[in-house]
Amino acid sequence: MTTSAASHKRYFFEKFGLSERLLERCLGEALSAGGDYADLYFESVSATSIGIDESLVKSASQGVSAGCGIRVVSGERTGYAYTDNLSAERLLHAARTAALIASGPAKQPVAGFTETQSPNLYPIPAADLDSDLSTKLDLVMRADRAARAYDARIKQVRASYSDELKRILIAASDGTYASDTQPLARLNVFVLANDGQQTTRGTAGGGGRVDISYFLAEKTPEHFANEAARTSILQLGAVAAPAGEMEVVLGPGWPGVLLHEAVGHGLEADFNRKKTSAFAGLIGRQVASSKVTVVDNGTMPSRRGSLNIDDEGSPTQETVLIENGILKGYLSDKLSARLMNMPHTGNGRRESYQQIPMPRMTNTYMLSGDDAPEDILRSVKRGLYAVNFGGGSVDITSGKFVFSASEAYLIEDGKITAPVRDATLIGNGPEALKYVSMVGNDLQLDEGVGTCGKDGQSVPVGVGMPTIKLDRMTVGGTGN
Amino acid sequence: MTQSLELTTDLQQLATDIVTKARKAGATDAEVVIREGDEFSTAVRLGEVETLKESGSRGVGLRVFVGQRVASTSSSDFTPEGIEHLISGALALARVTSEDPFAGLADTGEFGQLDHDLDLYHEDVYSLPTAERIDFARRCEAAAMSADTRIQNSDGGSFDAATGRKVFANSRGFVGEYRSSYCSVSTSPIAMSRNGEMQRDYWYSAARTLAKLDSPESVGAEAARRTLRRLDGRRVPTQRAPIVFAPEIARSLIGAIFDAANGDSIYRGASFFTGKLGEQVAAESINVIDDGTIVGGHGSSPFDGEGLPTRRKVIVENGVLKTYLLNTYTARKLNMQSTGNAVRGLAGNPGIGNGNLYLEAGSFSPEEILREIKTGFYVTELLGQGVNMVTGDYSRGASGLWIENGELTYPVQEVTVAGNLKEMFRNITAIGNDLVFRGSVTSPTLRIDGMTIAGE
Repeated sequence: MTTSAASHKRYFFEKFGLSERLLERCLGEALSAGGDYADLYFESVSATSIGIDESLVKSASQGVSAGCGIRVVSGERTGYAYTDNLSAERLLHAARTAALIASGPAKQPVAGFTETQSPNLYPIPAADLDSDLSTKLDLVMRADRAARAYDARIKQVRASYSDELKRILIAASDGTYASDTQPLARLNVFVLANDGQQTTRGTAGGGGRVDISYFLAEKTPEHFANEAARTSILQLGAVAAPAGEMEVVLGPGWPGVLLHEAVGHGLEADFNRKKTSAFAGLIGRQVASSKVTVVDNGTMPSRRGSLNIDDEGSPTQETVLIENGILKGYLSDKLSARLMNMPHTGNGRRESYQQIPMPRMTNTYMLSGDDAPEDILRSVKRGLYAVNFGGGSVDITSGKFVFSASEAYLIEDGKITAPVRDATLIGNGPEALKYVSMVGNDLQLDEGVGTCGKDGQSVPVGVGMPTIKLDRMTVGGTGN
Repeated sequence: MTQSLELTTDLQQLATDIVTKARKAGATDAEVVIREGDEFSTAVRLGEVETLKESGSRGVGLRVFVGQRVASTSSSDFTPEGIEHLISGALALARVTSEDPFAGLADTGEFGQLDHDLDLYHEDVYSLPTAERIDFARRCEAAAMSADTRIQNSDGGSFDAATGRKVFANSRGFVGEYRSSYCSVSTSPIAMSRNGEMQRDYWYSAARTLAKLDSPESVGAEAARRTLRRLDGRRVPTQRAPIVFAPEIARSLIGAIFDAANGDSIYRGASFFTGKLGEQVAAESINVIDDGTIVGGHGSSPFDGEGLPTRRKVIVENGVLKTYLLNTYTARKLNMQSTGNAVRGLAGNPGIGNGNLYLEAGSFSPEEILREIKTGFYVTELLGQGVNMVTGDYSRGASGLWIENGELTYPVQEVTVAGNLKEMFRNITAIGNDLVFRGSVTSPTLRIDGMTIAGE
């Protein structure tokens, strides 16, 4: 572990001419007008993406960026400045700009850094990250061929592979000193099917904090291509989704986006500190059926939402949000943990050095229950079975959330019947999970496609869920 | 400002140097974009400063062609080594991409830029001292919070400003640059009803100059009005009823018309407007225009993302689809001419984006539109992304106010509105006279019939 931490640091020191002495000077400058806390977040990202379209490799791009964000916290106030020029002069200037938030006598950072000890959730040999372009190219070409071979009605195929390597180094006035190298890779397939009468779409994708070998061994281009093609062909025969309140069964895996929207955001500590969340003040109260236990877990190996350390240099952890239906805790960063006098859960995240960190989810999922998925479906007289979703959204304050089904079926007399067209499901966060009457024994995590947006900042996340049944939920179709 | 003039020359020189170097390194054509930006933002909450942020950054993007192959690189590293890496990286990538007969820069005669001043840049957005910026945000929030005793909490008030500069050069001799400025004031109050239910809404004003920004007080008052009218919302039974989209919501439907006419979706057959040029795609009263040339417009620019002059296009005229929206690549795929709608970031191939996109105003006041409706739904907010541009299927979460006998009555929440865009565009039965250019996509109030509301 220590060797890898040392190598993350060495990267910044050698490439950008940083030194521990300079970090200390910047922190000292940041606290030159007082304040409770200051931190420096250095980031260097290199990203590659390659895309096939109409069986031609039409795009290939690479990008590099580097910068540093400097934050000064004084009570509830935050001053922030960033620079993409990592010279000592510019860093000190940014520190002085961030320092403007405070107005008092200078404070001293604690003497000496303590390096954060972190696990190695995504051990990837550095050499593998630079795997040659031809291997990446081969992935998208395989996806293109597989999708086209799936069915003659597949008329358009686009596939893309993108990966990035993000190196971060964090130093803070409380002595925090942490670094990490975070890989992230993703393969995506988009297809259009046409049967001469109508056109439908299908998408599939996945990845995680993995290298290219994951797509050669575990989840192959053919897997994603077949999945995208299957969905688009299925949609050719879809009927109008029903409209109104009914029983809804959600399949395992990505439908866990329900949890992300219905409860996850509402449990981020900043909203609760400000009492702007529909969940504010509900700790210890029943917010879901007793069958429901939901956790956020940033420590799962190789997953898209996982992190060795968060963007404030703290180790991530598993945090129980809801246990047997009772609201247990919030997701916090340093600021909210301190101001709320609550446990710090290591959920401080940011999109880039240009942004201020805030409490964010990592991998959020519901634990398995006892029910067999077949029994769950069998119990429904008339309802909707939704197995895949586009995405979702929530109004934190009112608690109203939506998520849009991209693959769903009617359930009639306990049997899955016709596939239905895209439809949005809507509910109220603090209420919706009270209607969970059955929880399957088949917890699955999503394949690694989630990107969560909050206040204009996007971060990669994971979700998961077993099959569940909600006794009532509103389905926004147009049919009867 | 001599200093900024010198800077200008430097960046244009850098851009053309990179083009020249890329050509020397083996590119048959090259295109460079350099962006510089500064921003500051000020947020207050409950009267106290919450965040102050101030910074700048820049980046460079290069796209090279080697014959009919294309690739791109981007970087924030402006050192000579960084630029060398940018160029060698792009050329290495271009070796793995495919020969595409449609790839390439626009033809030389197509490049150009508007010669009138678009009035996009005002230094005054940065002129306020920190204390006054804080005051702007504070006044906006205070106006909302003092509007009604049911507003005791807030997600804050903010004042933001940004300036940007874009330099663009290519190997066909085009060099251009423009600056733009932006400022905004906003607030998001939270109201609580007697039973403890909370609602939040939001209002803002955005402009290119402080002089055109609405007063913080008026923005705060409107935010309060929008928040208060949501309190004690109910659900309604599932039904079909006329829906009136408030202007700030109707704009998303005009955005959908643009997306449906986006050449990238058209040539793939990924849009329900494919093959519909010259056909009736919307009610006869519908005229949709995209115009990148409006002086001071939120969506104006002197040239597009490929160095072509922006222009005014009638997309839909009397309900008939008149043009697709195209960049050079999609125009070639469709055997047409670019409409000057290319947009590009630092990396990748250009996409397609709008200028100032709007639906022409109709003759009815919003009140007149409501008055015609016995039972219906006035939508003030949409939630989620449930729009399928391939099939036109449309299903989104909604909240707003219920219409009874021509009047707005109680608030409605936790319902969905659904239909199919193909039919929705045809079923626009009334257009308001309340078109205001608050952003780059705008619409007046719209009434659409035949949609399904799903609730209880």
